Amino acid sequence: MFTFPLVYSFTYYSFTKIKKIMNEEIKLMKGNEAIAHAAIRCGCDGYFGYPITPQSEVLETLALEKPWETTGMVVLQAESEVAAINMVYGGAGTGKKVMTSSSSPGISLKQEGISYLAGSELPSLIVNIVRGGPGLGTIQPSQADYFQTVKGGGHGDYRLIALAPASVQEMADFVGLGFDLAFKYNNPVMILSDGIIGQMMEKVVLPPFRPRMTEEEITEKCPWAAVGKPAGRKRNVITSLELDASLMEQNNHRFQKKYRLIEENEVRYEEIECEDAEYLLIAFGSSARICQKSVEIARSHGIKLGLLRPITLWPFPSKIINRYADKVKAMLSVELNAGQMVEDVRLAVNGKVKVEHYGRLGGIVFTPDEIVGAVEKMRNEE
Amino acid sequence: MKMKEELIIAGFGGQGVLSMGKILAYSGLMQDKEVTWMPSYGPEQRGGTANVTVIISDDRISSPILNEFDTAIILNQQSLDKFEKSVKPGGTLIFDPYGITKAPTRKDINIYRVDAMNTSIEMNAPKSFNMIILGGLLKIRPVVEIENVLLGLKKSLPERHHHLIPMNEAAIKKGMEIIEKI
Repeated sequence: MFTFPLVYSFTYYSFTKIKKIMNEEIKLMKGNEAIAHAAIRCGCDGYFGYPITPQSEVLETLALEKPWETTGMVVLQAESEVAAINMVYGGAGTGKKVMTSSSSPGISLKQEGISYLAGSELPSLIVNIVRGGPGLGTIQPSQADYFQTVKGGGHGDYRLIALAPASVQEMADFVGLGFDLAFKYNNPVMILSDGIIGQMMEKVVLPPFRPRMTEEEITEKCPWAAVGKPAGRKRNVITSLELDASLMEQNNHRFQKKYRLIEENEVRYEEIECEDAEYLLIAFGSSARICQKSVEIARSHGIKLGLLRPITLWPFPSKIINRYADKVKAMLSVELNAGQMVEDVRLAVNGKVKVEHYGRLGGIVFTPDEIVGAVEKMRNEE
Repeated sequence: MKMKEELIIAGFGGQGVLSMGKILAYSGLMQDKEVTWMPSYGPEQRGGTANVTVIISDDRISSPILNEFDTAIILNQQSLDKFEKSVKPGGTLIFDPYGITKAPTRKDINIYRVDAMNTSIEMNAPKSFNMIILGGLLKIRPVVEIENVLLGLKKSLPERHHHLIPMNEAAIKKGMEIIEKI
C-alpha cells in the first residue's frame, strides 16, 4: 500500500459556483484574455512577449488594460521571442514576478532561455498556446509540444513544472498557481494550453487582486535576488555557468533533489466517472474536455468509460494511473499528437494493462464520437 | 427539465457569424447559464467560411468541439453542404436562402428559412442582417429570453455602439416575424 501525494481534484465548475456565492462578478472571455487579466491581478511585475497566433490576445489584452498605469506592471513587446525570454531572465534575476507567452514556434525560440532559467533556478512563468507543427506548421490547435514541455526542450537535466488548463477558469487560476509554484521551488513553470482553450470564451471569475511585492518583500523572500548589495553580505550572482565540473555536479544534485520534492508534493489531476470504469481515457487540456463528452456518450451506450485528466503534466500523476491499471481492462491516451503522453502512461502502468493511443495531427481536432469509436475498437480487439 | 442547446452558426467571414454567437453567449451569461463560445479562428475570419459553436446549458459543459448539433444556422452554400448532415435527427436547421442554390433536403429535421439578407436591404440596415437571423432563431428556439439578449448586446457591444441597440432590437423582432417553416 502506498500513500497518495497531496492531490487537488477540483473542477472549474464547482470553483465557479463557490465564487458565485461570494458574489464576485462572472465574466465571459477568451482563455488568452483570462491569462492577461489574471496576470495583472496576481501582482505580476512584468510581461515580455511577441505576437503569434493563436496567443496574441494575451499581449493585446495587456496593452488594452494598461496595467502600467494602475499596478505598475511592465508590458513590453520585445523585438523577438528570444529577446522576450531573456528579459524574463533579467527580471526574474531581480526577484520580480515575470512572465512571457507565445505559441509553439516562438516557444522553440525561447528554449535556450528556459534552460538558463532552470539552470539559474529563477522563478518565472511561460505560457505556450500550442499550434500544429512541426516548423511553422499551422495556427490550428495541437498538443504536439508535450515532449518539448515535459522532457526538456532546452538542453541539460532540468524540469519545468507543467500545468495543463482545461477551461477558461483554469487559464485564469493557473497564472496565480504557476507563480506560487515558481517562487516556492525557484523554478520556471509552464502553462501548456492550446488554440482551443486560448480562443474559446467561457464564464470566468477572475482571482482577487494581490498587490505586487514591494522591494522590501523581495529582499526578504528572495535572498538570492540581484537587488543591489547591502554592506555585510556577499554579492548575489545569477548564473547557470559553473566551469568546475564537480561543483556543477553538486548543482545538478541540488536540482534533482528539488525535482523529487516537487514530484512528491505537486501532482494534480482530476478523476471523472472513474469509480466503476472498465476502460479509462487519459487526456489533458482541451482533449480532456472533448473526452468528457465521449464519456457521456459511451456511458449512454452502456460502456463503463472513465477519464483521468492530468492537471500537472510534470510531475505526472503516475501513481494514480498505476493504481487504475489494477482496476480497468485497458487505457486509451487521447492526445492531439502522434502519441507523446502515452509513453508516460505506459511507464506508469508498467505493462499491467494494455495502453493505446488515439490522436489527430497537425491542427485537426477529434470529435467526441471519434474517441468513442476508438474505445469500441479497443474493446473489440480484446 | 434541464436545458442544453448545442448550436452552430456558419457562413462567410464578415457576415457577423462570430458576433452573433457572442451575443448569444452573453445572453446565456445574463440568464445564469453555463456557456461556451468556440470560434473558427483561422484565416477564414478574414473572409471565406467562418463558423462558431455556441453551447448554452444548465449544467457544466464538457466538449467545446461537437460532431452534431441541436440547431444549425446556415448562411451560405458551403456551410449548408458541410453542416446539414451534422444536425441531430429531430433538430433544427435555419437558413437564409440568399445565395443558396441547393436547398436543404433532409426530412428528419425541422427546416426554417429567414429571408434576412433581402429584408436587411429593404430595412436599409444591411449590418443588422445577423440580428434578423438571431430573431428567427429566438422565435423557433427560445433558448434565451429577449430581455437577456438586449442585455447581452449591451455587454458585447462597445459603448460607442450602444445607440444602435434599438435598431438591433427592431431587426430581432423583424426576424421573429419573417421566419417560416419549409
